[in-house]
Amino acid sequence: MSGGLLRICTAGSVDDGKSTLIGRLLYDSQSVYEDQVHSVAKASKNRNAGPIDFSLFTDGLRAEREQGITIDVAYRYFATARRKFILADTPGHEQYTRNMATGASTADVAILLVDARNGVRTQSKRHARIARLLGITDFVLAINKMDLVDYERDVFDKIQDDFGDLLTGASVHAIPMSALHGDNVITRSDRTPYFNGLPLLEYLETVKVHRDATSGPLRFPVQLVVRPDDVFRGYAGQIVAGTVRPGDRVTAWPSGRSARVKRIVTYDGDVAVGFAPMSVTLTLDDEIDISRGDLLTPFDSAQGQPPSVGQRFEAEVVWMDERPLDPARVYLLKHGTRTVTAEINHGLVLNQISTVQVTTARPLVFDRYRENRSTGSFILVDPGTQFTCGAGMITEPLHAHTAHDAPLSVAERLAHLARRAGSDEEAAEAIRQALEELLT
Amino acid sequence: MATTGRLEAAPTCMAIATVEPSFALRLDHLRALEAESIHILREVVAEFERPVMLYSIGKDSSVLLRLAQKAFYPGPIPFPLLHIDTTYKFREMIQFRDEMAKAVGARLIVHTNQEAIADGTQPFKVGTQRCCGLLKTKALLDGLSAGNFDAAIGGARRDEERSRAKERIFSIRDPNGQWDPKRQRPELWTLLNAKLRPGESIRVFPLSNWTEIDVWNYIHVENIPIVPMYYAREREVIVRGNSLIVQEQPFVVTMPGEKPQVVKCRMRSLGCSPCTGAIRSDADTIPKIIDELIATRQSERQLRIIDHDQDGSMELKKREGYF
Repeated sequence: MSGGLLRICTAGSVDDGKSTLIGRLLYDSQSVYEDQVHSVAKASKNRNAGPIDFSLFTDGLRAEREQGITIDVAYRYFATARRKFILADTPGHEQYTRNMATGASTADVAILLVDARNGVRTQSKRHARIARLLGITDFVLAINKMDLVDYERDVFDKIQDDFGDLLTGASVHAIPMSALHGDNVITRSDRTPYFNGLPLLEYLETVKVHRDATSGPLRFPVQLVVRPDDVFRGYAGQIVAGTVRPGDRVTAWPSGRSARVKRIVTYDGDVAVGFAPMSVTLTLDDEIDISRGDLLTPFDSAQGQPPSVGQRFEAEVVWMDERPLDPARVYLLKHGTRTVTAEINHGLVLNQISTVQVTTARPLVFDRYRENRSTGSFILVDPGTQFTCGAGMITEPLHAHTAHDAPLSVAERLAHLARRAGSDEEAAEAIRQALEELLT
Repeated sequence: MATTGRLEAAPTCMAIATVEPSFALRLDHLRALEAESIHILREVVAEFERPVMLYSIGKDSSVLLRLAQKAFYPGPIPFPLLHIDTTYKFREMIQFRDEMAKAVGARLIVHTNQEAIADGTQPFKVGTQRCCGLLKTKALLDGLSAGNFDAAIGGARRDEERSRAKERIFSIRDPNGQWDPKRQRPELWTLLNAKLRPGESIRVFPLSNWTEIDVWNYIHVENIPIVPMYYAREREVIVRGNSLIVQEQPFVVTMPGEKPQVVKCRMRSLGCSPCTGAIRSDADTIPKIIDELIATRQSERQLRIIDHDQDGSMELKKREGYF
């Protein structure tokens, strides 16, 4: 299996037949087990969807089967001789847009499904935009239900043109398809002679993923300090970008101190080269102070752009909570292995996506999202509900400090936090968090 | 149906990395899954005060144990193992459990709902739903609260069952240990939200993205010990419909006309002896098990009676607090 692992997400409006397509893909690639077919065939009899309703393979919750809609992201797995696939099946309803962002956050390729009868709709545009925003550059434009427009070429061409503008700069593979009848899903269909491209599965098996995490400069967020005895001191983490070799000089951020890598330790023995996305433990030749939340990068700037270090940046934020973003409140922000408190300069409501300015209580070490998905992304957590309320992608560091941003004294800062909290409970939590940051 | 043109097992190569001259360095998919799982285990230890690993003795638990050894090497596994013992597990499983805990040097906690056992709870008396409810779900919740654990690591995979396909890697449980599928937190990138409200706890599933075939391939390349019942050999069983019942527990009584037969068989998944069937098989090595798996196209849970007792039964059990 030379192709490794491909992560896919699917997007489309309600009733574009997304679940049907995935069911078809799993069924025709023979990834669905016999007893699942039996239980689905049994359930299909209770609804009006033909002999086998493929969407029942993917709609896993009772509420979904009862309502005939998909509520939550479902993950599906299949493999062919060429590749292994992880597919995030995301719902089309607007209120579940956050799930689209979830699916797209880890995907290499997005399948955008469009109903041939309807063409490009608001929801399709929205999904295309979210997928682009989350850094996806390879798209399949699956123009589905071609059987209902007599497989007409004009319909296919028009929708393809309409999408051209939405996905500028991305690579788009358009396929005329009928998921229900299997046209151009696994094999090329006779009913679309004008289509010379690869059918869906073959495209997915062969598409080159542009994102090669090993080619950039080293980014190693420290997860844990491993100290089993007085002698061994190692830094455990997953390499999110680049490569590292014993002897490499690395800088630990935000302290800026440097040391040389002594060993790259794994349970299976030391390795000569560590590279993304390996999980390893590094030891250094010098005892510099490093803890969870720190980031190791190349010391030599010839080995790539150093990260930004700062407390202010601009980011695209997707809001995922029913409780709107309140710029007067303080949120928890998790970036890599570091969690800090943060304030955002303007409000957002559920499913809104907007450019905001973020100010953190402690410095973060980051890259722009378009340079690195790991060191350029963060989540926001509501300290009252602990819900993951926002997802952010850093676009620009902001350095300009005005008098207004002058550092507050500790007492001022704590009073400020208490005033901004929504409840006593939140105030206590925000102050506890701030004190913890001050003291560690 | 014996042939599957497209499904294929991962390569069973020992190499960690494939070096391709034109493409730099790349992890094969099994090592990519391994790296992801290790990341998850380390996040748990970094973020929670009292994590525990649920150890069910099955093949997935064996993989989880190996990943835990790797994640904290050269240190020891920094959390205890918790086994929820229904007392109806196979003898070979219990023996294997005790040996493994000793071999990896982890502290093993065994918890049983003694009250229910004293009441004579068993599947043929109270029904499978109630039996699971008392001996698994309630025992698990009691075991977790007895240890005051805030995070429970489990070996469930999303490919096992439809409702599991929607499970998060960090999955929140309310103060009663229950799952609410509509209250799940979005989980983006590899950023796992470990924040809990008072009384809440979390279930962690590091094998979320593994498939059954991935698990077997990993056991093979890593040479991970598993309970010998997974391997085919001749065993004395009762043949009941499509199920072969290993005659071990005293209350598995033969129905009229049934008598024990010697059949070459193995267990595809390991549960309680009364509710877990064996399958006819010649697969006495892991490569043969993998071949069999690819060929059979029978879901591994088909022989677990508890999943079939009502529509969406796994989802309902999970909502009640089941693993």
